[in-house]
Amino acid sequence: MLSFILRRVVIAIPTIILISIFVFTLQKLLPGDPVLAMAGEERDPQVLEFLREKYRLNDPIPVQYLTWIGNALTGDLGISLRTNQPVLELIAQKLPVTIQLATMAMVFAMLIGIPAGIFSAIKKGTVVDYIANVVALSGLSIPNFWLGIMLILLVSVKWKLLPASGYVPLSEDPIRSITVMIMPAFVLGTALAATLMRHTRSAMLSVLSSDYVRTARAKGLVERRVILKHAFRNALTPIVTLTALLFGELIAGAVLTEQIFTIPGFGKLVVDAVFNRDYAVVQGIVLVTAVGFIFMNLLADVAYVLLNPRLRKQ
Amino acid sequence: MKLMKLTLAAALLSATTLGAQASELRIALQSDADVLDPDQSRTFVGRIVYTALCDKLVDITPDLEIIPQLATEWSFSEDGKQLTMKLRDDVVFHDGTPFDAEAVAANIDRSQNFEESRRKSELSSITGVEVLGSHEIRLDLADADATLMAQLADRAGMMVSPTAATKAGVEFGLNPVCSGPYKFKERVAQDRIVLEKFADYYNADEYHFDTVSYLPIPDTTVRLANLQSGDIDMLERLAATDLAQAEGDAGIQVASAVSLGYQGITFNVGNGDKADNPWGKDNRLRQALSLSLDRDAINQVVFNGAFAAGNQPFPPTSPWYSKDFPVPARDIEHAKALLAETGFPDGIDLEVQVPNTTIPLQLMQVVQSMASEAGIRISLVSKEFATLLSDQTAGDYTASQIGWSGRIDPDGNIHQFMTTDAGINDSKYSNPEVDTLLNTARTSNNQQTRKESYNAARAILNEDAPIVYLYHETWIWALDSAISGFTPYPDGMIRLKGMKKEEG
Repeated sequence: MLSFILRRVVIAIPTIILISIFVFTLQKLLPGDPVLAMAGEERDPQVLEFLREKYRLNDPIPVQYLTWIGNALTGDLGISLRTNQPVLELIAQKLPVTIQLATMAMVFAMLIGIPAGIFSAIKKGTVVDYIANVVALSGLSIPNFWLGIMLILLVSVKWKLLPASGYVPLSEDPIRSITVMIMPAFVLGTALAATLMRHTRSAMLSVLSSDYVRTARAKGLVERRVILKHAFRNALTPIVTLTALLFGELIAGAVLTEQIFTIPGFGKLVVDAVFNRDYAVVQGIVLVTAVGFIFMNLLADVAYVLLNPRLRKQ
Repeated sequence: MKLMKLTLAAALLSATTLGAQASELRIALQSDADVLDPDQSRTFVGRIVYTALCDKLVDITPDLEIIPQLATEWSFSEDGKQLTMKLRDDVVFHDGTPFDAEAVAANIDRSQNFEESRRKSELSSITGVEVLGSHEIRLDLADADATLMAQLADRAGMMVSPTAATKAGVEFGLNPVCSGPYKFKERVAQDRIVLEKFADYYNADEYHFDTVSYLPIPDTTVRLANLQSGDIDMLERLAATDLAQAEGDAGIQVASAVSLGYQGITFNVGNGDKADNPWGKDNRLRQALSLSLDRDAINQVVFNGAFAAGNQPFPPTSPWYSKDFPVPARDIEHAKALLAETGFPDGIDLEVQVPNTTIPLQLMQVVQSMASEAGIRISLVSKEFATLLSDQTAGDYTASQIGWSGRIDPDGNIHQFMTTDAGINDSKYSNPEVDTLLNTARTSNNQQTRKESYNAARAILNEDAPIVYLYHETWIWALDSAISGFTPYPDGMIRLKGMKKEEG
């Protein structure tokens, strides 16, 4: 097992290096001078030159890359060109926010998507099924930003039920933290709920027509037991796999949701950093994300091996 | 007994009044501030935060008169080359360091010599600083500088604690220490900047909130929604298109002031090879574009009439506006005649780069359609702002839709754009006569002389038209109707003195 993990880690290293080189170069290809973007209206050429020197923007790109990766290896991701805050601190501040949003959105998606999928499979061809399908399709097709703004206008402005935007850390005020996050999590979760619903429905349909379900019914079991104990358990495997895959998508989807609801998370950090040409921040985020992703994949691989003894021999 | 009753009643009354006043003020800003160091800072929203955090040597009135803040009185020598200031003697910085003439000297030194300082050019006229007493200081200038007081009324005049600045160096902005009515408490990037009341402020009684939070909320609809739902108390830069909605809400009040800045179309008349085209070479074409536009209609269509049409770097309400050149009426025939005169009777193409955000694009689409009626076929190249700015500085453009947020002194709106080789003269316009006039206006402390110089420069610039000015933004604030005491200023700042919120 240990050698398996080690092998995976060794394979991961060149991947991370490649990603970091790719992003670094890509960023330098972006039009727009970071120092100028940073200067805004105060474009004193002398100061601009000083800053270019200070942040080593005049060095050849390979040299810039080596300096950066060298520092990164010692845990120093540099400082934000815009606010002077250390990049690592910024990332540590923002990551929990997005994780909270993604988790809540996932809970929403599962709470809505899975029961809806089961119902529409059981009631296949009935009005319930059609309604569920139409709702699911709308969930997939309604753009996030539109739904977000509409919810803000309705729920916050008109009914004054939930705060319109912002963020409160869980540690500071758990109840308010969750209240503030309800609408964004709902918006982010709807599209996923729709995907989940469609998949649950098809998984359930295939299971419901299988022999053992017929046997269960023949034994005279109550319908509820047949569906939840026998059919759903077996349909769950593909759903769980899908849910795990969707989690990555959630983090990406958070970018837009965070913009609408002004949530100071990872997505907002990266978008603002790109617009401000805050190179150090963009690079730091990409590096952390890449490492995180590889780590998650590694965990998944390990979990598969643990769950499926047949894989261990390979 | 009666006395006791009265006292009790008074005590109760004052207790209820105290209790009825909100101790927190939440202000939504259009964007997040950059580094919170007055010497390094560059953003407009940053200045809004400083208004509560960092006192300046002098301040302005809504009419742009310079008034005392940390300096109580000042005078220029006969030749304008020496400025003597007397300072308040009851001020301490947030870290307890006393404010005195030495502190002012240290601050000027930091603004001028700190490597990261963006204030160097603003204070470049100061050649020496002489501490005359514990609370009296003299600044020696290379030449008379009419703009200096206005600079001292902004970031260059903000006083930071010399103790903290020396200790923190470049990192001062992570934990700024000034002498304003509020001190820094915490900042979470892109989320909030929180200030708390500074008990030792010399004028603390005039400030009624215990904490002030600045929350960056970029989307204007969401900003307004937050105000309507009561999650914030006030917001800056309400979109002109949301004005009707805000005014229709009984729980909201709206305040506005015409800004000091402008928006227009800057032409490349001498910035590299790209200037070598009819638009860069022939001022009559640029005049034709100006004549083809109905600026009032632009204001009505794009800004619901909330902004101010303009044709100069100063808004028509400014004392510096030249009345000899009022906002021109639209004159298509004249524009066509100018086109024919320059050899383009069948019309001419023009490429304009424009920021890829809603308002500039809407604006330029209206301009495009108006100009087409005169035979000017505008094609718009929308660029993300950082790219647009880079291309503009590098001279890689023919015309660019860009503006300026404006400065208190008129010099700040014109000198650096229109004088030869000036810092942000991206059009590379150069005219020795204009240079002389604008330099005269800059170095004279006589209002009349300055006004005449600006008028004379306007006569030339109107003819040469390197920038076709279009309009002046109006700052629009929306506030919870329970807030009282807010005064709109043309610099767009939020001054908290006297502001209160009654809890309903």
